[in-house]
Amino acid sequence: MSAIWPLLRRPRIAFGVFVAVALVIMALAAPIIAPHDPLAQDLRNPFAVPYWSGGSVDHLLGTDSLGRDLLSRTIYAARAALAVAFVAALFAGLLGTALGLAAGYYGGAADAAISRLVDIWMSFPSVLLCIVLAAVLGAGLHTVAIAIIIIDWTRFCRVVRAEVLVQKSQDYVASAITIGLDPARILVKEILPNVIPLLITLFTLEMGVAIVVEAILSFVGLSSSNVPTWGGIIQEGRLYVNQAWWVMAVPMICIILAVLGFNALGDGLRDALDPVKRT
Amino acid sequence: MSTLLEIERLRLRLETQPPAWLLRDVDLKVGAGQTVGLVGESGAGKTMISRTVLGFVPERGHIVSGRITFDGRDITYLPPTQRRHLLGRDIAYIPQNPMTALNPVERIEPQITDVLRMHLGLDKRTARTRALQLLDEVHLPNPDRVLRQHPHELSGGMRQRVLIAIAFACRPKLVIADEPTTALDVTVQKQILRLIRELQRQSDTAILFISHDMGVVAKLCDQVHVMHGGRILESSSADDLFARPRHDYTKALLAATPRFDRPGDSLQPVPAELTNRLHAETLSWDRSAG
Repeated sequence: MSAIWPLLRRPRIAFGVFVAVALVIMALAAPIIAPHDPLAQDLRNPFAVPYWSGGSVDHLLGTDSLGRDLLSRTIYAARAALAVAFVAALFAGLLGTALGLAAGYYGGAADAAISRLVDIWMSFPSVLLCIVLAAVLGAGLHTVAIAIIIIDWTRFCRVVRAEVLVQKSQDYVASAITIGLDPARILVKEILPNVIPLLITLFTLEMGVAIVVEAILSFVGLSSSNVPTWGGIIQEGRLYVNQAWWVMAVPMICIILAVLGFNALGDGLRDALDPVKRT
Repeated sequence: MSTLLEIERLRLRLETQPPAWLLRDVDLKVGAGQTVGLVGESGAGKTMISRTVLGFVPERGHIVSGRITFDGRDITYLPPTQRRHLLGRDIAYIPQNPMTALNPVERIEPQITDVLRMHLGLDKRTARTRALQLLDEVHLPNPDRVLRQHPHELSGGMRQRVLIAIAFACRPKLVIADEPTTALDVTVQKQILRLIRELQRQSDTAILFISHDMGVVAKLCDQVHVMHGGRILESSSADDLFARPRHDYTKALLAATPRFDRPGDSLQPVPAELTNRLHAETLSWDRSAG
């Protein structure tokens, strides 16, 4: 635990942690923070102007075309963004790491097979993959999460494979062999813990990527229309951008801040956890 | 004295284009409890011998002929699953660089107890007690604290002591020490050598000691082999080797070693004429080996 505090003194990590914590609070405490039900329509009061342009305190950021409170919708949308990003990054990470470890450590045929699979996978147009998935699974947040997992596991796989190749040639691995440890234990007990810092970094960066992809897929209508999403709000606001620009602007700012935060955190952690840069 | 490790006419070739011989008819014997030195310049094949005994034949390396016998058992082509039962228990290894040989993210405790639990079947608590004893035996102060530390919290000398504790953990019959003091300060070197000596006497372990330091070898070893170009040029008892070196190369190596007892002597490089002759011998060996 004591190792965590010095990390927070790095500005990028501090900023990233701040953004991440703010997002988590926003998502978890949405029913408490949000002034209105994000789905409640008030058709008598569409396009209410935000507070700063002379609107009421009741709708700080104004309302959308159906009179739904924009602030509440934006806050609730953090739930979808974080949930999808976390689940997608987690499972993409697990899948990619498992295959990357196998490819890097066992080499030979396993490496050849996995590496070729990654090459082919990455050359496949991801948008097409999403459309096919949506056709099979139907629109919804789960489709978005599964799409991100299926597209992005290759990022983990490639980086982990390369890192395992580096770790495998280290002296401590040779030492483990000379005391008679079996290969599976060397991989899990000796090499994997040395790859963990990299995984933390990758996971954080992947959260940022996943938030963008979630927004894009929601924007094109692949996610649920019953749940507010930043992408969905932007898509709705796009139609009225000349009358109510803030409907689009607010979720965009949220996306930008969230991605900026996770990227800063990932970059900061990469520098902080990299033993070469650390010493 | 019974023979513990015997290497007979070992030929190791790297299957590159063209193939390169790494070991050329190496003969070597280590008796039980004996200390055998292996000296030579960098690239002479010292480490290659130790790695071959441990089963680390380099990629594309190929044992063409010859035999390695350990404790009466042919281990030349021992499959890895069987070799694992030997390594760490009967044959242990002290690496050259203590700075990199410990897992940087793991505490010292599991790094010592792993070998005890695996080979001796000790449970976690007994292994811990034994690890504390071992750290005490290698004269590390505060063993309790060391067990909880990470490698980066220890100095090079301390890490080498931990590695020596790991090597001697199962009271092995043979310890291969590959230049165990090269990466350390001169002052620490002496302590580490004394420690290896001490543990060896306690557990009657044989040591294959690899070094390029003639002075260290003279003090530590019973038997010495001088290597050059993957060949053993001269084998004799340590006393004989230093008093009556037979091979010109041994003489040249001795002349190139600084002596504290004769500070006035100038150091002689190995003469080019001798190097050329050795090179020619190597080439003719290669031709005869095909």
